[in-house]
Amino acid sequence: MTAATLPTELPELTQDDLSRYSRHLILPEVGVEGQRKLKAARVLCVGTGGLGSPLALYLAAAGVGTLGLVDFDVVDASNLQRQIIHSTADIGRKKLDSAEEKLKALNPALNVVKHDTLLSSANALDILKDYDVVADGTDNFPTRYLVNDACVLLGKPNAYGSIFRFEGQASVFGAKDGPCYRCLYPEPPPPGLVPSCAEGGVLGILPGLIGVIQATEAIKLILGVGKPLIGRLLLVDALKMRFRELRLRKNPECPVCGTHPTVTQLIDYQQFCGLESASDVPKAVKNGIPQLSVKDLKRRMDAGENLFILDVREPFEYQIANIGGKLIPQNEVPQRIGEIDRSQEIIVHCKAGGRSQRIAEFLKQSGYPNVTNLAGGILAWSDEVDPAVPKY
Amino acid sequence: MTIFIPTPLRTFTAGKDAVEVNAATIAGALDELILAYPGLRKHLFTSEGKVRAFVNIYLNDEDVRYLPAKEATEVSPADTLSIIPSIAGGCQPR
Repeated sequence: MTAATLPTELPELTQDDLSRYSRHLILPEVGVEGQRKLKAARVLCVGTGGLGSPLALYLAAAGVGTLGLVDFDVVDASNLQRQIIHSTADIGRKKLDSAEEKLKALNPALNVVKHDTLLSSANALDILKDYDVVADGTDNFPTRYLVNDACVLLGKPNAYGSIFRFEGQASVFGAKDGPCYRCLYPEPPPPGLVPSCAEGGVLGILPGLIGVIQATEAIKLILGVGKPLIGRLLLVDALKMRFRELRLRKNPECPVCGTHPTVTQLIDYQQFCGLESASDVPKAVKNGIPQLSVKDLKRRMDAGENLFILDVREPFEYQIANIGGKLIPQNEVPQRIGEIDRSQEIIVHCKAGGRSQRIAEFLKQSGYPNVTNLAGGILAWSDEVDPAVPKY
Repeated sequence: MTIFIPTPLRTFTAGKDAVEVNAATIAGALDELILAYPGLRKHLFTSEGKVRAFVNIYLNDEDVRYLPAKEATEVSPADTLSIIPSIAGGCQPR
């Protein structure tokens, strides 16, 4: 069963191809015809980071004809712990350019298409339509739902992978008769409930494991061999080196891929995930909580104001960098609420402003009359007030 | 029976990745879990007591939503429950 539709006229293999792919050609599951299918195939890698790095490299090595890359980010030193397609010399460079260079060095015959853009509802259908398989290596919920919905609407299979700390998930969504991401998770978690890698950390090797599983699935879909992870959720625990599999069912009531779909167009995914859209001007008040800029906080500190600054990060983060706030990690706030002075203005901060906004809302709901969120968190403080404060 | 606790929720189970409970049904097992670790409640259940939509509960390898008796399904000591939350795996700080 071929799960990816390729052109009926497959390209011929050159002499170079025959020597390069000899180990594929002698495999019954690939052979000359399989290699020609790979050469004809167009795979879109959404994200060239932790998952995208091994994914793109192995697809290039396997002889996939066209690789589309979507990433608008720039290489940062903290990426190099896991994003192995980039190197130290690439710090500050666009990830797309760095990735393209390594991929073409590995396989000069590869056709690389760079999409230097933020994938959005306005462009997703247009970008995805030219590909046969999509591999989702992104890092946030709105994009995951966007890619999922676009794949289902266009009929493209989605080799899905995601990671957190030392656990990973992999599956194939959007295949004909198979489930989609929304069959598994109809709704995203409220923002701030599931930390990103920047807040939770990630074992560097983990996206390597999962990214190669995604590449494997993409190749199987192109060749039409083996048993793809359609209707199967692979769970990987790297610390225990344990692999488990759960059964995924197609939900007949799924709003996107069910028998009576209600989502027939791409929606506003930022709103769906409870986040502000990126184009919004920074608001002075968010969900009833006044937002304080780091510059204004600095001004008030310099003026000698007696401020109650509540730092809701984890102890290890406080050790890396802090601005002298009172540390109560977010999960301990409910039990330790007695330590937070109700009569003062409470200025809540965290790393980037997400967790602190949630805790500020919690305090307000608990009856605190005067709560403020430090917009942008300690990262903004380092950017705009004191670059000596380390970023992490 | 054993309930496997996913990484994001282990802060609420004092770091344990598996919890043993005694129960006759899935619902009973989850109630025992929340009794032992009340911090889990708001992450697993809505205020109306329904399992939150971004969390999936599996009995062995089957999604509880698709079992005929759903949470009322009877369980044996050899069965396992797995809580699978959605993870996005991301590394973007902003």
